[in-house]
Amino acid sequence: MTPSFLKVEGLARRFPGPAGTPGVTVFEDIHFGIEKGEFVCIIGHSGCGKTTILNVLAGLDEANDGLVIMDGREVRGPSLDRGVVFQGHALLPWLSALGNVAFGVRSRWPAWSAKQVEEHSTRYLEMVGLGPALHKKQAELSGGMKQRVGIARAFAIQPKMLLLDEPFGALDALTRGTIQDELLAIVQATHQTVFMITHDVDEAILLADKVLLMSNGPGARIAEIVEITMRRERTRNSIHHDPQYYRIRNHLVDFLVNRSKGYADDKMPDHDPRQPPVVRPGLEGGAETLPLPARTAPVAASIHPLKNLSA
Amino acid sequence: MKPSRPWLAPLLSAIFFALFVGIWHLATLPTSAAVQVDPEYAALVGQAAATGTKSAMPTPGEVGAKLWEHFRDPFYDKGTNDKGIGTQLAFSIGRVLLGFSLAALVAVPLGFVIGMSPLIYKALDPFIQVLKPISPLAWMPLALYTIKDSDISAIFVIFICSLWPMLVNTAFGVANVRRDWLNVARTLEVSRLRTAFQVILPAAAPTIMTGMRISVGIAWLVIVAAEMLVGGTGIGYFVWNEWNNLSIANIISAILLIGLVGMLLDTLLARLARAVTYRE
Ligand SMILES: Nc1ncnc2c1ncn2[C@@H]1O[C@H](COP(=O)(O)OP(=O)(O)O)[C@@H](O)[C@H]1O
Ligand SMILES: [Mg+2]
Repeated sequence: MTPSFLKVEGLARRFPGPAGTPGVTVFEDIHFGIEKGEFVCIIGHSGCGKTTILNVLAGLDEANDGLVIMDGREVRGPSLDRGVVFQGHALLPWLSALGNVAFGVRSRWPAWSAKQVEEHSTRYLEMVGLGPALHKKQAELSGGMKQRVGIARAFAIQPKMLLLDEPFGALDALTRGTIQDELLAIVQATHQTVFMITHDVDEAILLADKVLLMSNGPGARIAEIVEITMRRERTRNSIHHDPQYYRIRNHLVDFLVNRSKGYADDKMPDHDPRQPPVVRPGLEGGAETLPLPARTAPVAASIHPLKNLSA
Repeated sequence: MKPSRPWLAPLLSAIFFALFVGIWHLATLPTSAAVQVDPEYAALVGQAAATGTKSAMPTPGEVGAKLWEHFRDPFYDKGTNDKGIGTQLAFSIGRVLLGFSLAALVAVPLGFVIGMSPLIYKALDPFIQVLKPISPLAWMPLALYTIKDSDISAIFVIFICSLWPMLVNTAFGVANVRRDWLNVARTLEVSRLRTAFQVILPAAAPTIMTGMRISVGIAWLVIVAAEMLVGGTGIGYFVWNEWNNLSIANIISAILLIGLVGMLLDTLLARLARAVTYRE
């Protein structure tokens, strides 16, 4: 089997506690892979470490253990290969929408003329429906428009991978729906590889090819990988007609409500964080658990509560 | 909803001003009552004034006339002790702008470095904390001794007093640039130099401008005192000289103009501050 486009192996992040106290392990033993062109969502309770994982993938934060490999190279520090859409849009408020997008474009193609930069940036802003608002500054943009600028900025540098941290969390339901549709259309057209954090189960089902379920912290793990088995050409309006939708939805909600606890400290002997079970709810008779084909060699000592990762 | 009356505040201002001038006028009217005065004081301020038939305190009319005289010919030069009030103000403004600009050239880059590096911040903090509260005039003798030029010494004093607010504000503004904005620059692989000029500088600009505004205000306060000490030229020297001439009308005119120029400088910097302010 060819290695995944993005590979996360044994990732762990610990923060030191206040002087004298032991620190906290936010998550450890995180393993997963993302294929080229795949849209992966991660859901989990607030504080389990989703943003921290995304920051490590982005290269903004360093893990204490494990590594991230993208396209055959280890991720060390931020790169234009990975576009980030931040949780709080993070626009530079003294620049216009166009200025914000152009800021990244100029960095990506330093040799371009001002005209080229402007044309390219304008094209991406028009793609997210901001053609009429090119010269508006942040204070004149609505919440949805700001997030659109953030998305345009990330897409415009044509990264190999897009990282989104709850991009629509602060938006009203109507705006969120519209931008989800736009994002879906752009991703389907460009076959962009995406890793996205969300706390919205419906959003995950609509957008993702697979959903990573993260258990509660401290000591969070990837508990399951849920494959979204519906047709890729789904839309927000048609999705409810698919009986699969409710099976998947129930499975995700059930995880968040009932099953997200108790994965820490290897308390679940059947659960191998190196190969989180892949689940296809509703297919082949209920929420069946299928083991993933081996990506890493199975560890002989996996029944042991204390595995030596460095061995 | 209350009807807006934009003319109300200016009207009140005018009334207050009229009241003030009226009381001043009444208080300085010549009185006929003979008053026993100290002969030395009488000799100093003139017999008429001392006995109260004519106060040394000018009436508003006299100050007005004096001001008019100054406005008609502000830039004359009839030797060291007799220059137009405009010339004197120009000297003072020149010193302030020079000292202030030099301070900005030092404070903004240094504040940038301090704000970017917590280590340098910690290392320099004790010095800043001790140097900041020193009255700039306390430096004057040291400046006169080392520089040996009264003009440059006055500029040095302005430099010193303008330095601290700009330094502290720049460091604070730079240190508190939103993490998110810096992360944006990092994920876009923007070079450190471009990040400094295109992210940190615009982000910290409003705070830096606040520091500049405070600095110019202090510099304008200090220049009057400094020029009283070093003499020669400037509005501070003018005030001191007129005290020696006992021309209270001239002193009041100068006080008024000092206030007006101070307000102008502040307005100018407030304008600049508004130009770099961004709304979030
Ligand atoms: N710089 C930090 N220092 C200490 N603890 C941190 C730091 N950043 C995050 N954490 C902790 O890590 C945990 C996970 O945070 P985060 O990744 O933001 O969670 P999520 O995005 O899933 O809501 C939280 O409990 C948080 O308190
Ligand atoms: Mg988060």
